[in-house]
Amino acid sequence: MSDDDPKSRPPSPTRRKFLLTSGSGVAASLVAGYVPALVKDAAAESDSAPTSTAPTIEGSVPITLRINGKDHQLRIDPRTTLLDCIRETVVLTGTKKGCDHGQCGACTVHVNGKRVLSCLNLALMHDGEEITTVEGLGTPEAMHPMQASFLACDAYQCGYCTSGQIMSAVALLKEPCGPDDASVKELMSGNICRCGAYANIVEAIQQVRKNAVP
Amino acid sequence: MHIFEFIRPADPAAAIAAAAQSKTAQQGADVRFMGGGTTLIDLMKLNVETPDRVLDINRLPLDKIEATPDGGLKVGATVRNSDLAHHPKVQKDYLVLSQAILNGASAQIRNMATVSGNLLQRTRCVYFRDTAMSCNKREPGSGCPAITGHNRTLAILGASEHCIATNPSDMCVAMAALEATIYVQGPKGPRAIPFGDFHLLPANTPHRETSLEPGDLITHVTLPPPVVGSRQLYLKLRDRASYEFALASAAVVLTIVGGNITRARIALGGVGTKPWRSPEAERALTGKTATDVNFRQAAEAALRGAKPQSENGFKIELAKRCLAHALKMASTS
Repeated sequence: MSDDDPKSRPPSPTRRKFLLTSGSGVAASLVAGYVPALVKDAAAESDSAPTSTAPTIEGSVPITLRINGKDHQLRIDPRTTLLDCIRETVVLTGTKKGCDHGQCGACTVHVNGKRVLSCLNLALMHDGEEITTVEGLGTPEAMHPMQASFLACDAYQCGYCTSGQIMSAVALLKEPCGPDDASVKELMSGNICRCGAYANIVEAIQQVRKNAVP
Repeated sequence: MHIFEFIRPADPAAAIAAAAQSKTAQQGADVRFMGGGTTLIDLMKLNVETPDRVLDINRLPLDKIEATPDGGLKVGATVRNSDLAHHPKVQKDYLVLSQAILNGASAQIRNMATVSGNLLQRTRCVYFRDTAMSCNKREPGSGCPAITGHNRTLAILGASEHCIATNPSDMCVAMAALEATIYVQGPKGPRAIPFGDFHLLPANTPHRETSLEPGDLITHVTLPPPVVGSRQLYLKLRDRASYEFALASAAVVLTIVGGNITRARIALGGVGTKPWRSPEAERALTGKTATDVNFRQAAEAALRGAKPQSENGFKIELAKRCLAHALKMASTS
């Protein structure tokens, strides 16, 4: 089973980078009109004039979204959900699209410190608000304690629901929640895991709660 | 999703003026207020709702929870469900409301959903949500396939030959038992709507779900002063332990003096086409002793008019046991 050995995998490009590159290329060539126009990344180009080479879509509107402490000046279709804006326009793909109807929790992000479902929000509703995605929690080198705990407790299998689980779990730390596992399960019931890693997810959360300074 | 214009009105007056241009405030409205979005965006994705204009009311000054001069509570239209459920005054004096809200949806949705949006929560009937199917609520006169189709979760109280869709809200069941009042500001001025008059029975107009007219903006809800010494409980029965709609639920507010029930307010959820206040159960309890036999008799009275659909006859007994058990739990708490 050498394929399963991480060391045997080619070092680069990563699967994610490959999919991002090839995926966006296909999307651009097939449905160019539907690719939301990224006008300007304010932080990256703060001293240049707001210019855009992307086509302006009829009916698109300007918005400034503050994600993980960084302002993004964008033009989007008013129908764009916060989820689609985060993933497709700002290209932060840690936030996942599961059901797209508020039934699975994979798209959980924080708005002004509270957990919400980004699939049932329009991006336009959050102009100027503080949005945090899983990319804003920590880095592989400096993980958030909850990310480290999920890793230590093996709190996932396929990983698709994991960013939503972690975003929910981090928010839960600041919510009224009883000390027992049942209370954690109740407050995590909006995050579905089809692999069934629930027992380890609860364990990961309880580890962080036990170690937290009261 | 149908294309729409997104508007953020500067104040309630602007919101009302813009919404007044809608041809209806009911199903098929061309102008919609947007609160948390948890119902509306879902239904817009399904093309069940296709507004031309969406009015974002989230930044209007309707987000306060305040005491009323008479000792009750005033809850702003855009107060989030989680903020209401965790408010100290609600936890202390209106526990049934806190319990009902916390039994609904998930933590994320409760952080988003507004009080006014929850009042306007739409049915989960699968035929209503699927535009490939007929539905009298969505397309008046097209028929109700639920009556002969999948109706396990649908209504046994208040249904008509045109619609058997269940009202899915938990919050509304508690508000019905607490006798809340809904305050609306419209083109003709403000008005107060008693909770029981807000939601409409389907009869032969299932597309009309509330007494709202174009331009009517819910500004707040008031709860009457708490009943001193009342025992309150919300019990919800469902297919999963959490994150699921009720098959049957009961909100009970009881005053018991020396073993005698002096006051009872009862509402049922998951079984009616609207949040189901039960004056029959209240009459059956008032003046009686708090015993299992009397609780069961109240439950029998509450469900006397129930009519089962082809798949949900079990709900009648389930709702009876739900109410009887809720009464027992509340009376011994």
